[in-house]
Amino acid sequence: MLSLTIREVSLALREGRISPTELCRKCLNRIKKTQHLNAYITVAEELALKQAQEAESRLLQGAPKGLLDGIPFAVKDNFCTENIKTTCASRMLKDYTPPYNATVVQKLLDQGAVLMGKTNMDEFAMGAGSTDGAFGPVRNPWSYASPYRAQTGAEPDSDWVITGGSSGGSAAAVASLTSYLALGSDTGGSTRNPGALCGVVALKPTYGLVSRHGLIPLVNSMDVPGIITRSVDDAAIVLGILQGLDIRDSTTIHCPSSPTEQPEVFDVRNVCVGIPKEYHAPGLSQETLTQWSHVADLFEKAGARVKQVSLPHTQHSIVCYHVLCHAEVASNMARFDGLEYGHRSAVDSSTEAMYSTSRHEGFNDVVRGRILSGNYFLLRQNYEHYFVKAQQVRRLIAEDFKHVFSSGVDVLLTPTTLADAARHSDFTQEDNRTRSAQEDIFTQPVNMAGLPAISVPTALSSRGLPIGLQLIGPALQDRKLISVAQWIEQRVGFPSIRDQGDTNERRSNTGVTEREQTSAV
Amino acid sequence: MAASSVAVGALLYNINKQISLLYPKASFHHIHNRCLVRRIGTSVSQCKSQPQLKRKSAPHELVGVVGLEIHAQIHSNTKLFSGSQVGFAAPPNSLVSFFDASLPGTLPVLNRRCVEAAVMTGLALNCIINKKSLFDRKHYFYADLPAGYQITQQRRPVAVDGALTYSLLGGQKRSQVLSKTVRIKQIQLEQDSGKSLHDDQRSQTLIDLNRAGVALMELVMEPDMSCGEEAAAAVRELQLILQSLGTCQGNMSEGQLRVDANVSVHRPGEPLGVRTEVKNINSARYLARAIDYEIQRQIGVLERGGTVQNETRAYDSKSGHTIPMRDKEGLQDYRFMPEPNLPPLTVYEDDKALPAGIEARQVVVVERVRLRLPELPGVKRDRLVRSYGILPEHSFTLVNEDGLMDYFEAVVRETKKEPRKVIGWVTNDLLGHLKQQDLSVSQSPVSPSALAELLDLQETGHISSSVAKQVFQEMWRSPGRTALQIVQEQDLGLVSDTAELRNICQRVVDSHPEQVQAFRNGNRKVLNKLMGLVQKETKGRADPVLVRAILEEITS
Repeated sequence: MLSLTIREVSLALREGRISPTELCRKCLNRIKKTQHLNAYITVAEELALKQAQEAESRLLQGAPKGLLDGIPFAVKDNFCTENIKTTCASRMLKDYTPPYNATVVQKLLDQGAVLMGKTNMDEFAMGAGSTDGAFGPVRNPWSYASPYRAQTGAEPDSDWVITGGSSGGSAAAVASLTSYLALGSDTGGSTRNPGALCGVVALKPTYGLVSRHGLIPLVNSMDVPGIITRSVDDAAIVLGILQGLDIRDSTTIHCPSSPTEQPEVFDVRNVCVGIPKEYHAPGLSQETLTQWSHVADLFEKAGARVKQVSLPHTQHSIVCYHVLCHAEVASNMARFDGLEYGHRSAVDSSTEAMYSTSRHEGFNDVVRGRILSGNYFLLRQNYEHYFVKAQQVRRLIAEDFKHVFSSGVDVLLTPTTLADAARHSDFTQEDNRTRSAQEDIFTQPVNMAGLPAISVPTALSSRGLPIGLQLIGPALQDRKLISVAQWIEQRVGFPSIRDQGDTNERRSNTGVTEREQTSAV
Repeated sequence: MAASSVAVGALLYNINKQISLLYPKASFHHIHNRCLVRRIGTSVSQCKSQPQLKRKSAPHELVGVVGLEIHAQIHSNTKLFSGSQVGFAAPPNSLVSFFDASLPGTLPVLNRRCVEAAVMTGLALNCIINKKSLFDRKHYFYADLPAGYQITQQRRPVAVDGALTYSLLGGQKRSQVLSKTVRIKQIQLEQDSGKSLHDDQRSQTLIDLNRAGVALMELVMEPDMSCGEEAAAAVRELQLILQSLGTCQGNMSEGQLRVDANVSVHRPGEPLGVRTEVKNINSARYLARAIDYEIQRQIGVLERGGTVQNETRAYDSKSGHTIPMRDKEGLQDYRFMPEPNLPPLTVYEDDKALPAGIEARQVVVVERVRLRLPELPGVKRDRLVRSYGILPEHSFTLVNEDGLMDYFEAVVRETKKEPRKVIGWVTNDLLGHLKQQDLSVSQSPVSPSALAELLDLQETGHISSSVAKQVFQEMWRSPGRTALQIVQEQDLGLVSDTAELRNICQRVVDSHPEQVQAFRNGNRKVLNKLMGLVQKETKGRADPVLVRAILEEITS
């Protein structure tokens, strides 16, 4: 039951094969049993059960609120949730409880979806490993699946691999079957990166299509709520629910198609797939490259047009991304001064002393480092050299994409990450800044240009770990992108973690597991 | 939203109780004595450098140069970027939305009314309205700036390149109306900050965020003025314009209009001198005094061979001096950055310019705003002079006193008396009484129609002018009684019984032989004295035309 897709479990709920409270309890159990993954910062057990009961009575009356009624979901801990702690994995907000729901959270609740909890992340979403949060790193569920252990002989407790980040908790929650969907945020790849490393579908919609209201910002001009699910169809369902104009977010736009619309009838022979040559980057693993070529071949064999394209400014993107990111970070973090909310230092000898110690104690090195460099870029004498230049390059990057898409290309096919997930012990050899530069290399240009992109898991690597590929589409062509992603999904046959000798439930009751598997058939 | 505002308010209030900031700062938020300064100009602020004089004055003489930065709070129901209400004297932190308190994840949503107000103000000040303007973040840490930055319009403001024409009384008898113009560099929309209340005794700072996020228009006036009186007159004219537009209530003591003055001195023809910025000015009168003090101070510094420091100074209304503020401005780098959560602000010239699918009510259309522009003070004054034949200085009094013009026009409509004769009643008698009791025109116990009735009694010869004044006093004291009632009750009607008047005149003539002699010798003025004596006898009720005729007849 837990490994079903949204559409499947929704049907099971309506047909009474399982009740929302049963389903909720199962997920809560599984969350407990997978606690070692550290996917959740807060589990909203009581509230979830209450919501599940309400869903149950609605379903019994035959009046569900929507397709998601009774379906458990998880939310990255940088989306505000009313009366539920929202920490951004930071000491600064460790006791912060927002008085309102983010628009995306509210929309899911309005559908009757059941909020299981808030997921772990890098502090304030600054990172690509989910290793730099105040509540410790997230472990990749595939570390505990048999392929990885069989192939590498790894010891689960020392050789576990990272989830990627910064939405690692959300990806782990969906991959480890504790939630059917999870919200991530995607600023430079923070949803797609862990999606790829955890073997789940990760959608970053067009900037402006989904409201950011209630998402605690990293970079306002690039942040987009991300959708993590187990199937492309599920991602489409969730996008349909989340998208649309929000008066509370002035950067949202009208959605181009009706939310409930199914992906359009799709003929792969009408598709032109672009392969950007600049994505053959140094450090790209042989296996990821092989997957990339393999899927490109699948398209070609099926009659799609596949052609090499060029995005000449790609190489400059990551540097400019960091300048703009840090500048906005410096600005966005200014509100955390310990006055209205958040951590306040005991030092109160002066306003300034209180500010600086509160901020020093509240933020980790990564956040402080970005604030420092961001403020440097914004200084009067540096603004033109850094911020303005980076913005100019940003425009060139956006124009690269525009140019390619206007030349007849429908989607771009690229790797999502350089390689499969790194072992935590290896990943932490390098600092956050280096890792962010490496890990976001294929993903952040899309954020610079505001385009939609989706990461689809395609295969397990020789280490038994997921590899994902990314599709990038023109602005507002999210639906088409999803159709193409679905075509890939149907052909690659990526395995479910459930079928892979998953030992995530280390103290698992085998009877329960078997029953679940039976009902899933 | 109301409920949630309360929640934040409570939250903030609790926090406030704990904030203890050991940082003595000048409090900017005294509520000043209710001094309704209407007529501006002070004894020290006689402007020396009027254009005619300027040319004559010696070229080596130092003269003042004054520019202004004015923050006008936009009169709107809700704040610039949030739905919380705007109110002056609400309980602390009761008008605070999540956005105003900078709760993480909240985003600004531009209030269209505020944009309209800025556009309307821009039009009234002859500005160019930028069809596209931009919002920026200006960063600094301050306890009453919750987000750590203010959203403002640094790169491209909503309106630019305007001009304000204002007038002041000048000339030898200060009765000549001088017209001047100051250029408006720009009008930008921005957020107001909260208020910090410093409790020095307990080393505490309390924060009230009710004002945080209220919409401001920052108007920058070029350094086209030369003294305090000019600056005060320009601000007064601006105040009138804003009030007639309804875009700002303009009350300086409540902080709805805040003026900072940039002051420097130089010798005409030479480059401008180093300027200081004078803050903490909360009335037009203090503005004039602060500027004139500062000009004299700078001249004094230079004449003693010193140099003027580029600094921020605060005006101390008690001493009338400006004193240096601890100045962090010079070190501040505001690290301006585009506001990423607000798309460029687009306004449209007219309905034809609207893109498909966008309705006029969703956006700001300049032409529609222009059509709603009310009659501006300058136009009003011209019209008053033209249509009523009154003097320009009277038109100033009528327009500059809130409600007085309407009062005057209402009286004129209802009385047979000529407007030129009504004006004195309104600008002297009525206004004098109002001032004496510190009342506004709308609080006058004598309504325009009551005054009109009184004037008609006089005009039609039922009462004399001196009785009219007497009746006016009575009406002021006991509102509700009509002029006619008072005249009848107290028997104040004009005595026009020729026989009775003749008797009285005869008595006066008989008892004042010397005056009569003088009159006969050709001193015509003496007749007035005799007439006065007759009026005294009749308690002012005698018909003066008749009295004069009788007296002339008797004495000739």
